[in-house]
Amino acid sequence: MIKFVDLHLCPSINSLSQVEKMVKQCSDLGYWSVGISLPLNIKLEKICQLKTICENFRVDLVTRIDFVPKTTTELLRNLRRFRRKFEIISVRCNSKSVARQAAKDRRVDLLAFSTGFPHKRFFDNAEAELVSKAESALEIDMVSLLFLSGFPRMRFLSSLRKEVAIAEKFKVPVVISSGATDVSLLRGPYDYAALAMLFDLPMSLALRGLSENSLSIVERNRKKLSSGYVAPGLFVVRDVKRCLGV
Amino acid sequence: MRRRYLALKVEIEEPLSERALILAIWNSILQLFGEHGASQTNLYLVEFNPEDGYAILRCSHKAVDMVRAAIATIVKINEKSVAIHVVRVSGTLKSLRKKLVEESR
Repeated sequence: MIKFVDLHLCPSINSLSQVEKMVKQCSDLGYWSVGISLPLNIKLEKICQLKTICENFRVDLVTRIDFVPKTTTELLRNLRRFRRKFEIISVRCNSKSVARQAAKDRRVDLLAFSTGFPHKRFFDNAEAELVSKAESALEIDMVSLLFLSGFPRMRFLSSLRKEVAIAEKFKVPVVISSGATDVSLLRGPYDYAALAMLFDLPMSLALRGLSENSLSIVERNRKKLSSGYVAPGLFVVRDVKRCLGV
Repeated sequence: MRRRYLALKVEIEEPLSERALILAIWNSILQLFGEHGASQTNLYLVEFNPEDGYAILRCSHKAVDMVRAAIATIVKINEKSVAIHVVRVSGTLKSLRKKLVEESR
């Protein structure tokens, strides 16, 4: 059985009933794990409340933060402050310099681009090369495909088609997420995979983008955030006192 | 010709007519795939129960993904927010009904 993950839910955190509805819907649609976009100043108690809601519906909660930095300095400052507090860090790149900095920084997990403005989508060959080295992923929010229609949707699909081809060329993982702000905008994983066909992403890759690609990022970051992690490939496996028999 | 039967769950605040549902699906297919694409779907609404929101749709087996994508993009019918989920896909109406009954138990 495939473990499906929706890494981008954007409910209003203050309305726990809305969060509950969305998590329930995700559980009904067959998602195993959900990522909820949280504000920077969120308190630990609130995260605990969200975890309880997710546990009630047998869904795993992934804490996630979205940065929309204006400059590279702002991005680096935010990364320094928040990297060890959240499991997933996504950067919405609105300028080329931010896009390049986010692509080469290993602390960034997901790169997202503007949906309404094709000239603000900076995922080209150079960007993809940097992203593949940093082991980040390209995130595609499907909610935009539901909202747009006519010429804007045509233009958006065309941009996505190009980006997916580039991602495939440079072996950049693609993560498909909902980006839903409301229950009515949530769809099942196979529906998203069918929608991904519109921008020439094969069904197998789309399903991977909804499961394996997201899961591997979450697992990698959870290992890094665990107390035993020292550096890449270096973990504390046993306490020194236990080794000495003290 | 091979066919596929899709069980749908329509989530909408107000009751919906059969005609409004099929029109919304056709419009969505036309918008996404044009007249040529729509002609390949061989779409037919087998049944729709407005009370519980369950519907069964028949289409060509080659067009399942097209129909799924078109259905997923429907967000409004008659200016009301709606979400249509494909619950099950099956090759025969009999097996689809059997699966739905098994799931509801």
